[in-house]
Amino acid sequence: MTVLDADYRRDMGISRFPVLVYVLTPLAALVLQAWLPRLLYGYAWFDLPLVVTVYFALARRNAIQGTLMGAGLGIFQDALTHHAIGVNGVAKTIAGFLAGSMGVRIDVEDHTVRLIVTFVLSLLSSAIYFLVYRILLGLELDWSWLVELIKAVVNSLIALVLFHLLDRLQIRD
Amino acid sequence: MESFFVRYRNPLVLLAVLLAQIIGLAMQVHRSDSGRSSLDPRDSSGVRLIRLWAEEMVTPPEELFHASKLGTSGLWQNYLDLRHTREQNQDLQKTLDRLRLEQASLLEDARQGQRLQALMGFQQKYIYKTLAAQAIGSSGSDQSRVFYIDKGSNYGLQPDMAVITPDGIVGKVREVFPRSAQVLAINDPTSGAGVILETTRIRGILRGNAAGRPQIEDILADQRIQPGEKVFTAGGDQIFPRGLPVGVVEKVVRDPDRDSYIDVIVKPAAHLDRLDEVLVITSVEPHFSPEEQQDLATSEALKGAEVETIKEQQKASQIMAEKLPGLTEPNAPAATPAAATPGQAAKPGQNQAAPATPPGPQAPKLLPARRPDRFTPGAAPSATPTASPAEAKPKTRPQTPATAAPGKQPAAKPASKSESRPSQPERNPEP
Repeated sequence: MTVLDADYRRDMGISRFPVLVYVLTPLAALVLQAWLPRLLYGYAWFDLPLVVTVYFALARRNAIQGTLMGAGLGIFQDALTHHAIGVNGVAKTIAGFLAGSMGVRIDVEDHTVRLIVTFVLSLLSSAIYFLVYRILLGLELDWSWLVELIKAVVNSLIALVLFHLLDRLQIRD
Repeated sequence: MESFFVRYRNPLVLLAVLLAQIIGLAMQVHRSDSGRSSLDPRDSSGVRLIRLWAEEMVTPPEELFHASKLGTSGLWQNYLDLRHTREQNQDLQKTLDRLRLEQASLLEDARQGQRLQALMGFQQKYIYKTLAAQAIGSSGSDQSRVFYIDKGSNYGLQPDMAVITPDGIVGKVREVFPRSAQVLAINDPTSGAGVILETTRIRGILRGNAAGRPQIEDILADQRIQPGEKVFTAGGDQIFPRGLPVGVVEKVVRDPDRDSYIDVIVKPAAHLDRLDEVLVITSVEPHFSPEEQQDLATSEALKGAEVETIKEQQKASQIMAEKLPGLTEPNAPAATPAAATPGQAAKPGQNQAAPATPPGPQAPKLLPARRPDRFTPGAAPSATPTASPAEAKPKTRPQTPATAAPGKQPAAKPASKSESRPSQPERNPEP
């Protein structure tokens, strides 16, 4: 992981995308997250909205954008369940903020960095979800850390492929 | 001051967004007097609005995916099926007409049965109206076992309607949107269905466990509960009608929190992870569609025609009975009380004609034959010269009907004790 100084950060360009990519990619992530579990018979151990949040937060190198995108995707993800709205929102808000904050300090073009960042933020998001649901709200929740670990690994692998595809949609100066 | 907001802009935005969401969460959760938190069973208007937005955003692409999946997989299958479709259609139409009549008859029987059960005080419900729907999406979370169907309030769906498949129950409608509905599966921990075990008749509440398997909770340890026992709905939850299949007992485990209680893990009859088409029970009241009512009217008309036919047949048989020689004497006088009194035998020489309407359930008496022969009931078998007097004694078989065919009697001599024979019937009016 390469830690960058301020001058180099200023020299780095911020990735830009067409507006349709900003709209369609999160929407596709939500739709696929809701649709794919039907094909995988319940073994859908991945979190596409989180992966998309991390990608845009890293690419834009903007903590606020990462925060807002994480909050929006998390709230819509909660809205599709029958749980309280905001649990995923809080978890992905923090994940997006951290990803955006890390984007200005590390080299986000490196695949290993992307893999590690996605893995860590997936686990962190799961932990925040658990804490908010169990501790903050005091609700009963069936939880398996093994499943969350597998989910983090799968998210990292998906991120490797998806980040590469989304990189091709960037606007190059 | 301005520099403070500029400098700490990112953390402030983060805190503002987090605070807003936490306040929103606090408004959705209620804490009871016992200190347990729970979500509102019914969403508030704001929460429902967010769910509606999410559903409106996600459902159209899901329907598109679902349709494309069905279209792709069914393209070749449809081509194969279209062959010989016309002949199959004609055959099926005939079968459908026949089944509709049969269904009308069965509906009539069911309606009658329901009336009888209502008289007997049963509260059993019947499924009269269902709506077929397709599962198009899920919640996307393994913590929330809900799925979406492509029918909503536009089709008359309402919350708490039962969702089933032909195999067994699936869940209940939790939230209804205009074009879709959210269904809470029975393997979710927040679901609940009243069930009963088939043989042991033990009742319990079915809900999902951590692994997503439905289990019956709050049951005292009972050795009689064995794997393989069938589980049905008990009908007491006001959602699922009674008697629907739920699944079979897979295993029995001890309740980890209470020693004397067990949890009965149930293998669901419906494939909860592979749902495509489901049925929503939209009404358990006996509502009949116009088509069914027409079938009922047709059935009633057919039944009326059948009754008329039976009456005509009975009338024709009566006419034939009057014209044909029978067992009764048409011109016989009415039965006298003396004749009707049992135990009083008729004397020879008296009119021994049987009454036209014998009192009581007596066996029909034989009319006397005009030309009795050895086949005539009551005639002595005197044709055999070696017959002993005892054998020549006429046998009285009053309950034996005269079954000898007319015109086929052998030319036998009349018996010597012809006075004991009844008078000759009007059968065989030979010149």
